[in-house]
Amino acid sequence: MSVETERSSTESSAASGLDFEETALTLRLPGSSSSSSSSAAAVETDRKRAASIPDDDPDRRSAAADSPPSPKARVVGWPPVRSFRKNALAASASAAASKAKFVKVAVDGAPYLRKVDLEAYPGYDQLLAALQDKFFSHFTIRKVGNEEMKLVDAVSGTEYVPTYEDKDGDWMLVGDVPWKMFVETCQRLRLMKSSEAVNLGTESSWSIVLFLKAADVTFCMARLSIFCKNLILLFLF
Amino acid sequence: MVYFPEEVVEYILGFLTSHRDRNAVSLVCRSWYHVERLSRRSVLVCNCYAVRPEFVHARFPRLRSLSVKGKPRFADFGLVPAGWGATAEPWVEACAAECPGLEELRLKRMVVSDECLRLLACSFPNFRSLVLVCCEGFSTDGLAAVATSCRFIKELELHESLVEDRGSHWLECFPKPSTLLESLNFSCLTGEVNGHALEKLVARSPNLRSLRLNRSVPLDVLARILSHTHRLVDLCTGSFVRGNIADAYSGLFNGFQHCSLLKGLSGLWDATSWFIPVIFPVCKNLTCLNLSYAPMVRSTYLIEFIRHCKKLRHLWVLDHIGDGGLKIVASSCVELEELRVFPANADVRASTAVTEEGLVSISAGCDKLQYVLYFCQRMTNSALITVAKNCPRLKSFRLCIIKPGSPDAVTGQSMDEGFGAIVHSCKGLRRLSLSGLLTDIVFLYIGMYAERLEMLSVAFAGDTDDGMTYVLNGCKNLKKLEIRDSPFGDSALLAGMHKYEALRSLSMSSCNVTLGGCKSLAATMPSLNVEVMNEAVSIDEADENTNNAKVEKVYIYRTVAGPRGDAPEFISIV
Repeated sequence: MSVETERSSTESSAASGLDFEETALTLRLPGSSSSSSSSAAAVETDRKRAASIPDDDPDRRSAAADSPPSPKARVVGWPPVRSFRKNALAASASAAASKAKFVKVAVDGAPYLRKVDLEAYPGYDQLLAALQDKFFSHFTIRKVGNEEMKLVDAVSGTEYVPTYEDKDGDWMLVGDVPWKMFVETCQRLRLMKSSEAVNLGTESSWSIVLFLKAADVTFCMARLSIFCKNLILLFLF
Repeated sequence: MVYFPEEVVEYILGFLTSHRDRNAVSLVCRSWYHVERLSRRSVLVCNCYAVRPEFVHARFPRLRSLSVKGKPRFADFGLVPAGWGATAEPWVEACAAECPGLEELRLKRMVVSDECLRLLACSFPNFRSLVLVCCEGFSTDGLAAVATSCRFIKELELHESLVEDRGSHWLECFPKPSTLLESLNFSCLTGEVNGHALEKLVARSPNLRSLRLNRSVPLDVLARILSHTHRLVDLCTGSFVRGNIADAYSGLFNGFQHCSLLKGLSGLWDATSWFIPVIFPVCKNLTCLNLSYAPMVRSTYLIEFIRHCKKLRHLWVLDHIGDGGLKIVASSCVELEELRVFPANADVRASTAVTEEGLVSISAGCDKLQYVLYFCQRMTNSALITVAKNCPRLKSFRLCIIKPGSPDAVTGQSMDEGFGAIVHSCKGLRRLSLSGLLTDIVFLYIGMYAERLEMLSVAFAGDTDDGMTYVLNGCKNLKKLEIRDSPFGDSALLAGMHKYEALRSLSMSSCNVTLGGCKSLAATMPSLNVEVMNEAVSIDEADENTNNAKVEKVYIYRTVAGPRGDAPEFISIV
């Protein structure tokens, strides 16, 4: 705005009692100093108002005291979010925050453990996906047969079997019991290297196991153990 | 003067569809008034108490589509107590008596009872479309009546209405063997829904284009629905934590892959990041996306998804997307016209993840931006000045700085300059909501520059009565003004007297207006209804002291219907 128009508007507004120079729209960064003294005064009053120094005008104080209530108080209808949305998000929040069950997750070969919230996942698939996300960057979940699940690190080729410690202190294979029961009983998780998971019946001859059903696995294992025993016997004699 | 036969005028007027144009045409001369009124098919009544239903039908005998709005907007935020009024009965009864050919009825913020819906269902044989926005007072039995009797129904939409759940048998009531349904929206229902009945309904509705399910619809039902129809243009899903997720996953993925026409996606209740890959196939065609009910999706997944939605025009998100997320939105979604950022946590004291930087990056990247609703914890004048410069085409700017009376976060000054820049630069601004620390100066700017402004919402702002006076004297096109918790008193109220007939309504809540002021306004302007709401104190009008008592809420509107007869006890019409 040119200085001339500002001056003329000030003259015409002098009669109405409004000082337009003080309130001229400047569109510059607030707080930057200006040459004219009146706008400096305007800036100064702004700062005063914002800082609410106790020796303000009593009129201004009483006017300001009426408007905003104390910030700590709950104000009805503020912030202006419709009750439908408030209720919907509150329901989500309460469902999510009701119980969080964090358990430690150890991965063989990793330098430190992580924690996961079991209540955050709706099922085994999602839990395994989360574990994949947390520990490994390239991974495939391989569903073996109908129930068993494994995680394979595609880079190194190592296979991991998810296991958990239950309330009795026993180490169990993940995936046998319904999800809800699993969440209740699980105390900690361990991704065990396949080569170590001897006692849980999922090791060796895994290439055959891939294509067979669980029932067939045990049968094969029995057959193979007999075969191995025969081999050993053969070697001994 | 060339003489135009009325048939020619009627033919020409047939090309005018907007209400404003038609209203303007009816003021030209008597003959045009009659031609217009006899040919008018659709009427919008913005305040149900501004006119009697019988007058509407007398003036427009060939009405086919009626829209009526009821309560003031303050009702959405709990500022209007129950029993205020705005019942739909008089309107539906008048339509039933005078206008049996009614095809469309759209009600907003009104109280609709089941009786009313039953009357509607049996009175209009050609009824096609029922849209209830933010309504209440009815139950699923009323919906059943509508579904049973309205054989030609095309649209049944309930937006954010409060519906009492009495079972989901209403889904089975729609016509058999097939329906003409094009749009079905029951996303606000809170009760359980019979998945089987829903699937059968979708299967027998070949024209269905828009389907909005409620939260209780499980994923496997959704998967089966998607397999029945590949022509959906708009979909609101149910909850993502219900149903057999393992089975549904592949079904959903296939379903979404085949939804090549899908342009709008919403719902995604309780969705977590696992389900983002499922909806990935639709992202390249999406123009409307509403993720504001999915607080649990991690922002990284959210951003990754939105990054691929290049054609997005309308985006509703929660603020946990963060400033970084908004920056990516700005660079990917250059067609964006509407952005709404809601607080994930409506608690005033919780911190939100978006600041002024997010808004600035959006404005820098999306120059087609027209509608903004932004909740944030902090804002600066310089950010608003930048936004104003980047987006001069803004039509609606609603900024809510959550803590009332917050100053500029960097300089500590009031937010006057920032909002002043917005109204100065955005010449087409129609709607503005203010927040933060504001003095009378911002109202001066609004009065001076906001020529096209039609709706202004003020909260916790202003110093003296001058603020309100500037606005009332300045904004020529103002239609709705709502003010809460601001120090405007009687002199401002009375100074704007001449203006109120041009306004649709003025709502003031917790201001400094006294009963005496309201009474003198009502006495001077008989064409206005001045409704005073004082819940705590009963008003003894003879008492001198009460004239100086402040009113809690006052609602002033123009009317040709006189004072309303159904006002409850806590409202006194002065």
